[in-house]
Amino acid sequence: MSDVSFVRTEMLQEQTPPASEVGIIGWVRHNLFSGWFNSILTLISLYAIYYVLSGIVPWIFQSVWNANSLTECREIMMATWGSTHGHACWAVINDRWLQMLFGFYPDHLYWRPILALVLLLIALAPILYSERVPSKLLYLTAAYPFLMPFLMWGGTIWGPISAALGFVIGWGVYTVLSKQLSGLLGLVLGVLATVIWWLVLSGYVVGAMDSILPIGIEAVQSRQFGGFMLAILLGVVAIGVSLPIGIVLALGRQSDLLIVKYLCVGFIEFIRGVPLITLLFVASLLLNLFLPPGTNFDIILRVMIMMTLFSAAYMAEVIRGGLAALPRGQYEGADSLGLNYWQAQRLIIMPQALKISIPGIVSTFIGIFKDTTLVSIIGLFDVIGLSSAIRADTAWNGIYWELFAFIGALFFVVCFSMSRYSMYLERKLQTGHR
Amino acid sequence: MKKSVFLGAATVATLAAGAAMAGTADDVKARGKLNCGVTTGLAGFAAPDANGEWKGFDVSMCRAVAAAVLGDPNAVEFVPTTGKTRFTALASGEIDLLARNTTWTFSRDVDLKFEFIGVNYYDGQGFMVPKELGVSSAKELDGATVCIQTGTTTELNLADFFRTNNISYEPVPIETNAEAQQQYLAGACDVYTTDASGLAATRASFEDPSAHILLPEIISKEPLGPLVRHGDNEWGDVARWTLNALISAEELGVTSANINDIASSTDNPEIKRLLGTEGTLGEMLGLDAEWAQRAIAAGGNYGEIFAKNIGEDTPIGLARGLNAQWTDGGLLYSPPFR
Repeated sequence: MSDVSFVRTEMLQEQTPPASEVGIIGWVRHNLFSGWFNSILTLISLYAIYYVLSGIVPWIFQSVWNANSLTECREIMMATWGSTHGHACWAVINDRWLQMLFGFYPDHLYWRPILALVLLLIALAPILYSERVPSKLLYLTAAYPFLMPFLMWGGTIWGPISAALGFVIGWGVYTVLSKQLSGLLGLVLGVLATVIWWLVLSGYVVGAMDSILPIGIEAVQSRQFGGFMLAILLGVVAIGVSLPIGIVLALGRQSDLLIVKYLCVGFIEFIRGVPLITLLFVASLLLNLFLPPGTNFDIILRVMIMMTLFSAAYMAEVIRGGLAALPRGQYEGADSLGLNYWQAQRLIIMPQALKISIPGIVSTFIGIFKDTTLVSIIGLFDVIGLSSAIRADTAWNGIYWELFAFIGALFFVVCFSMSRYSMYLERKLQTGHR
Repeated sequence: MKKSVFLGAATVATLAAGAAMAGTADDVKARGKLNCGVTTGLAGFAAPDANGEWKGFDVSMCRAVAAAVLGDPNAVEFVPTTGKTRFTALASGEIDLLARNTTWTFSRDVDLKFEFIGVNYYDGQGFMVPKELGVSSAKELDGATVCIQTGTTTELNLADFFRTNNISYEPVPIETNAEAQQQYLAGACDVYTTDASGLAATRASFEDPSAHILLPEIISKEPLGPLVRHGDNEWGDVARWTLNALISAEELGVTSANINDIASSTDNPEIKRLLGTEGTLGEMLGLDAEWAQRAIAAGGNYGEIFAKNIGEDTPIGLARGLNAQWTDGGLLYSPPFR
């Protein structure tokens, strides 16, 4: 036996990895300069980024904030930098930002849309972050659809109360009749009672109550709505209402009841086959011609209805995609537990189908929110409409990029938040099935 | 077929609307507000300022009518309309008066069933070129690239003009005036053509307006005027004679500054009739005697309105030109108040 061992018997001392392989240098070597080709690409990209930023950053930051007109802006630029190129004139935003946010809403009432927005966030909390906030907040969520119009349009408090009463009446009729007669008949009559209340009776009741007990706040005309507030208002309503309608339409499309099915298919295909701008023109022009003269059918309400129907049709197809992705076993499992149709939908099918559809649903939300800018074509002053109105002021005639950059930033903040929330939701609901 | 059914239905609806609203003037008085259609924004003609208050040449027309009928130049609900929505808004009764730099043409007057109440601005299509191009007449524009708004009468006028002069051009189609300004400044086209008033406003917004010139040729007639619905002649008369009162006031030297003095001191019978200190002209219109006084006091006479909104002292800087009084060689000629 020899003492010579052919295998090392003692461990080598641990060494730190070479400096070129770890830390920032290592990361750069691996990711940016891992070969001559990648190195060239890196250098070209760096130059491109530098080129773009070197134009944009001075434009944003070497800018004029205080001036009363574009001409004055240009004079200040000439005096400060000796050139008018490459400098933004943010003075227009400074001058008009309140108008771009609120439109022509009376300025002593700005607190109302702001309060409505804050309440919206609070009312959404129990839905968006159900595990982190007390569930009592759901009462606020339920009241919000009536509170919001009251805050935005003002007027008598009996209007929203009477609208809410419609739901109570419908629910009352449904519960009483569905026990005595059949469930379906109760549902139909309940809906009918609500509609009759809203269309026929509620007007008299509101008038009577208002003359007995006039409680209310200053009314604001729809004509005065505008700016980013209008985009948020239209977006929130379209988003909030289209999801339930979309779910119903998606279920209807899969229904075995022939009439329900073809009504849903017809609605979805018709709305999806028509551009949104056409629907908006119908809302603003055709309805005007067909309704009896003197009818005051609020233009913003008309636009809201059209946008909601439009996004509901898209929503229905997104959710149908989620339904189709569920394996047949889920439906059979629900049946074998003895659940009825609505129980199965609520407890088994919808939670899974909606989870699958989250990215598509949020895409539709973001899409419809950005589509709200189309209302500028029918003469409503949303931010885009206001930007051209501001340009028509002789003081600001000829200013473009600053206004569009501001509008872009506003929309980016909202859309990006929605997108991040959807990713959070996906992570939270991740159950490891994929 | 479908189209005719649709148009038929639209016509019936329009007729029904017209019949039910026989008295626009009464409606306006009952409502206490004049619904006036304006553009969504055109420099000098109509635009909301930072406080949301509408200002401009067309806006002043709305205010004058409101002052004449309702006694308050601020009793106006401004309804912004686009080129596409303006006529439906008027036909459906959403607005009582459309003062939106609308060209008076045969088909709009006759076929669309509107009533132009006069002309408040005589416009025409012109050309703007950079000075360095060295062009002094539109006839030298052979082979030029021209920025032109699509779907407008200016597009057709342009084609006509170049064909009759037997020269060629290359159109650069653009959608809005804002886009046109950018394209023209970026050098995408040699020439920008639109209404001369629009060209002047556009040029005024440039960094160096003196580097661009407007060519002398005006190649079309664009009489811009306010309009009302067909079939309500009383209301049409109110609007027409309000405009005439503004024009006559300038001719007779009545301004918003001196109107009170003149009303009490003048011996001129025409001024007396105009201002209602003599005769019953207001009564014939269904208004009170001082309707024209209020209309003139609201924003001044035609000349004052012109000077304040689009005249030579404003950034837009339009000369009176065709819009001068007939006594000064222009086309403004109001029928007599008698």
